[in-house]
Amino acid sequence: MVAITRPVPRPISRFRFILDRRDVLGSILVAPAILYVLLLVGVPFLLAVYYSVSAFTIYDPSWRFVGLANFEQIVQNPVFLQTLGNTFIFTFGSQFLGLILGKFGALLLLRPFPGRKIVRALIILPWAVPVALATVAWQWMFDSLYSVINWTLIALDIITRSQAPNWLGTPGLAMLCVIVVNAWRFFPFAIVIFLAGITAIPQDVLDAATVDGAGFWRRNYQIIVPMILPIVAIGLIFGIVFTFTDLSIVFLMTMGGPVGATSVLGFEGFQVGIVSGDVSHGAAISLFMLPVLFVVVIFMLRFIRRREI
Amino acid sequence: MRRAIAKVVREIPFFGAVAFFVILSTFPFYWMVITSFKSNSDLYSVTNIPFWFNDPPTLEHFRYLFQETLFTTWLLNSLIIGVCVVAITLVTALPAAYSLARMTGRSGETLGIGIFLTYLVPPTLLFLPLARIIAELGLQNSMWSLVLVYPTFTIPFCTWLLMGFFKALPPEIEEAAIVDGCSLFGAFVKMALPLSLPGILTVVIFTFTLTLQEFVYALTFISSSAQKPITLGVATDLIRGDIFYWGEIMAGALIASIPVAIGYNFFLDRFISGITGGAVK
Repeated sequence: MVAITRPVPRPISRFRFILDRRDVLGSILVAPAILYVLLLVGVPFLLAVYYSVSAFTIYDPSWRFVGLANFEQIVQNPVFLQTLGNTFIFTFGSQFLGLILGKFGALLLLRPFPGRKIVRALIILPWAVPVALATVAWQWMFDSLYSVINWTLIALDIITRSQAPNWLGTPGLAMLCVIVVNAWRFFPFAIVIFLAGITAIPQDVLDAATVDGAGFWRRNYQIIVPMILPIVAIGLIFGIVFTFTDLSIVFLMTMGGPVGATSVLGFEGFQVGIVSGDVSHGAAISLFMLPVLFVVVIFMLRFIRRREI
Repeated sequence: MRRAIAKVVREIPFFGAVAFFVILSTFPFYWMVITSFKSNSDLYSVTNIPFWFNDPPTLEHFRYLFQETLFTTWLLNSLIIGVCVVAITLVTALPAAYSLARMTGRSGETLGIGIFLTYLVPPTLLFLPLARIIAELGLQNSMWSLVLVYPTFTIPFCTWLLMGFFKALPPEIEEAAIVDGCSLFGAFVKMALPLSLPGILTVVIFTFTLTLQEFVYALTFISSSAQKPITLGVATDLIRGDIFYWGEIMAGALIASIPVAIGYNFFLDRFISGITGGAVK
């Protein structure tokens, strides 16, 4: 009987004692993730800032400080100004188109109908599949000679073969193409964001509004829209950040061409900094993304705060 | 009967709109499929109807892809990169997310948001300095550079995702284990980890698909064909001079897209609740 109650002696090391303090263990568990991110995001970020104010090229890896000279040279370059304008057109054009498609798609998927799950799975595809691969498929669809779009337009007698547009070889059309492809890639994301927001609205709120005499439009614009606004804002933030800084669609489809008509900031930074090896000017071009990113992130933080109250 | 017909007629605009969306989303993939099985003479003809096979379908593009190109090497590279990045992400993000979720007060939440915001720092801002760092480490032109760099976006994302999972777990379970003689760390390993298995699975799938989707870093760091991951290889390496091997490119894109598409669809809802950070309650 006594044997049962006798405590089993356990070796307790000093190490174990430290690990059993909540705050110490907590910091040890968080440390690797934070270190990784600090070393490979924080340090490169500071390095990028330093490159942009130095005269660093891969042929002359000096760290000579030149102040804002790089930025001055860039801003006076008309090619860069065009790039900056293109980036805004590309971003807001494709986000606008994507949001419209997303809102309509969400309205459709909100209603139960047979096969809805399969339809949703198919509509998600453009966003799920690696963007580089889908872009290549679009590039083939916009081919100068074998474009399926042109073939269809000719078959429908809308245009003749001699009028067939060279989609990626005409400045205005090339911009339209990259915008369409990017909107195509983002609209499924917009759909799921809208859906997540709308399905989260409690049904009794809508019922109460109906009882009080609110019609379809009133319910839509005075209840649904304000209630899904925070989540749509977060979706839009993601869309803007990833589009504004994108390089893959432009790189694969047009190489910034024809004659710089579709060149965007990310692509220009790559061309100057990596391909030409002029690291400091490349870094300075990339840093022009920062103000926009800052504004967007501040908005995001405000929305997150608001939900916590 | 008339009422039934009227009902069908009323539904036409709705299903027409659904069909429009489905065609819009899937047509490029249909195009991949049909291009990859077409013979070249059928493919490069301006008069043939492009929407279906005018010559019998062929496996020639797939044969060429697997036997005459580095496609299998790229597949293997992507697999190795994916597995290594998943391992690094799990080892760092799991403890971090657990610790942040259990931190008292708002410090855990604030730190978590801070980590998550680094997910929004774009590759096109960091690739220049990272290219230098990788050159200093002697990793230029090697797929191991991607193993090193990819966790910079998978760790923030997965930490954020896992935080949500651990928060949903009642702390009483671990407290009970501690009362029963478990150490704090033991409670995490023996109780919290097994219970969050669905979350871990989600993170594994998403980390893997994120590594498959990445393009910018791969393009920047790797130029030799044998070291390319599949996305980069298919998109940039099946071109000889001015000639695009469209059949092979589409076949490769198809093979690489299928696993990602399946993975995404299974875990879509978790992904959405992850990035909206519970903005919906």
